[in-house]
Amino acid sequence: MKRDLLKVVNLTKSFGGVRAVDEVSFEVAEGEFLGLIGPNGSGKTTTVNLITGYVKSDKGKVFFKGKDITGKAPYAIANIGIARSFQMVRPLYQLPAFKNIVVALRSPRVMKEIRGGKYGELDDIAIDLLEDVGFERDSFVPYKLASALPHGYLKRMELARCMALRPDLYILDELFSGMSMSEVAATMFIIEKMKQGGKTVIMIEHRLRELFRVADRVLVLNFGRKIAEGTPKEISESNEVKKAYIGVEVELA
Amino acid sequence: MVKEGYRKERLDRGIKARCDSIFMLTSYREILYMLLPRVLPIAALIIIPLVLEVSGQVYWQKVFILACVISLLAMGWDYLASVGLVSLGQALFFGVGAYIAGALNHYLKWPIFLTIPVATLGGALICTLLLAPIIRMRGIYFGMVTLAFPLFFNRIIEATKLCGGTEGLPGLTQFPTIWVATYLIIGALLICLFAFRRIIDTDYGMVLRGIRDNDRAIMASGINIYWVKVQAIFICAAAGAFAGAFMSHHIGIVGMSVFALDMSIMPVAAVVLGGGGTFAGATLGTFILVPLSEFLRAYGTLRIAIYSLVMVVCVVGLPEGIFHYLQRKYHQFDRWVTVEAKE
Ligand SMILES: Nc1ncnc2c1ncn2[C@@H]1O[C@H](COP(=O)(O)OP(=O)(O)O)[C@@H](O)[C@H]1O
Ligand SMILES: [Mg+2]
Repeated sequence: MKRDLLKVVNLTKSFGGVRAVDEVSFEVAEGEFLGLIGPNGSGKTTTVNLITGYVKSDKGKVFFKGKDITGKAPYAIANIGIARSFQMVRPLYQLPAFKNIVVALRSPRVMKEIRGGKYGELDDIAIDLLEDVGFERDSFVPYKLASALPHGYLKRMELARCMALRPDLYILDELFSGMSMSEVAATMFIIEKMKQGGKTVIMIEHRLRELFRVADRVLVLNFGRKIAEGTPKEISESNEVKKAYIGVEVELA
Repeated sequence: MVKEGYRKERLDRGIKARCDSIFMLTSYREILYMLLPRVLPIAALIIIPLVLEVSGQVYWQKVFILACVISLLAMGWDYLASVGLVSLGQALFFGVGAYIAGALNHYLKWPIFLTIPVATLGGALICTLLLAPIIRMRGIYFGMVTLAFPLFFNRIIEATKLCGGTEGLPGLTQFPTIWVATYLIIGALLICLFAFRRIIDTDYGMVLRGIRDNDRAIMASGINIYWVKVQAIFICAAAGAFAGAFMSHHIGIVGMSVFALDMSIMPVAAVVLGGGGTFAGATLGTFILVPLSEFLRAYGTLRIAIYSLVMVVCVVGLPEGIFHYLQRKYHQFDRWVTVEAKE
């Protein structure tokens, strides 16, 4: 059995009266691809924010590689090796796309690995990464200001920023939302490659068809509670999930 | 305007295309176009004190030095603003530097070449430690606390009679000649200007600007934004503390006025007037504001009214800042070139 990379115990968070995340516990094993689904407002993003330190938990603990990382600052958690993308894209609008990636390459975690690179090399690495997620180098897209890029590109830039950190765990929050069909297909190719490469990933997604193709295990949240957990096949057949997830059944079929 | 057989061509287009390569050096005119806006202001900075000396304008020599001093504070403000920290208390940096240099010289009789570096670094360190606890505050909250600090020091000195109290510390060592003082401060200004412009264009500068843009994205990139902000405060404080230490020795006395509100407001006004983010705008703004403010002294109490009016007119007329306006217009210079004859 592989050891757990991430372990979440009884994570709880309320906003005012709303229990956004309610006693959620789960583990992610090394090399596992975990899907996290649930209707809108079920607490998926909040769970990610709790794990990555953007929101302080009311209760519960987060362990990464056996170490307690509850309440650590977001940058510290990124440096430990958990990279996350944002559902609402958060680019540095005033910088060219590739400089957005350079910022991640300058983190202590990455600098340790690529130490000694002279000025300019970071730029090349960044542009290569952007090319990997489908930015066309010849059309100078990587050099454009982030504010001039369409939403789909910004989404993929989020992925590139995660990849730049060379993390041990990827957390991708609704990466496909707002992407065109062809972009989804192209990005799916990258995701599948990540899976083949043995990367550990938590993927939050509303496109269940794509998610179920890559996920080893799926976790379902509803009203902040974990209501089901199992293989994609089990989940798509579970009645409880269907009840919580009315409207998506069509897509499941 | 239309001229038969000619069309207009922008000067900068061809130059921009070539300016990355050696071909730029093929035309002295193009070199001139690129260098003029850089060399001219530097030359002016160096020549103006000479002109003032020859024409015997001792008073305006002092104003010129004051403008240099304030422009250090303004550039520091601009630097802090680039990480999204809005300081309303540049007087803190100025005053702490001034008092450290003053105290070291007055009590311990340290010479100038020791007091100024110690005050610059020590002052920057003290200010950074003072502001570090509030580094998580944003926008106006950070501004309000920085605004309060100099006033707090002002009252402390008055109440405890620390460092001479209201009398200040007189009889400080002065610079041997006005030339040493003038060119020391001009040198500091130029170093600051070019160093800041350089830093902001490096990858480190990208991080600085990124923090203002979206600090969560920077944190997601694994960079400790608070540590970067502390570094920015240190740099800004060092520029301000140097200015303060210089001023103490320049006028030979340090008093409570170094913590005056003026020292906090002038730099902000200068950046707003000149245009932020370029440091050159901050300097330009100071060199307009400070002489204007001195010139208006002749009008007594009306001074502030006229001063404010000029500010409002400038800000409303050129909200982007004078420097950005000039830069844009400079890039739009064009010349007449012949149109190939059509059959
Ligand atoms: N910062 C916040 N302040 C107040 N309420 C929030 C905040 N973030 C999330 N919530 C609430 O928490 C619940 C879960 O939201 P979220 O985690 O974004 O759901 P999901 O990502 O599954 O769509 C929602 O009811 C939302 O309104
Ligand atoms: Mg969400």
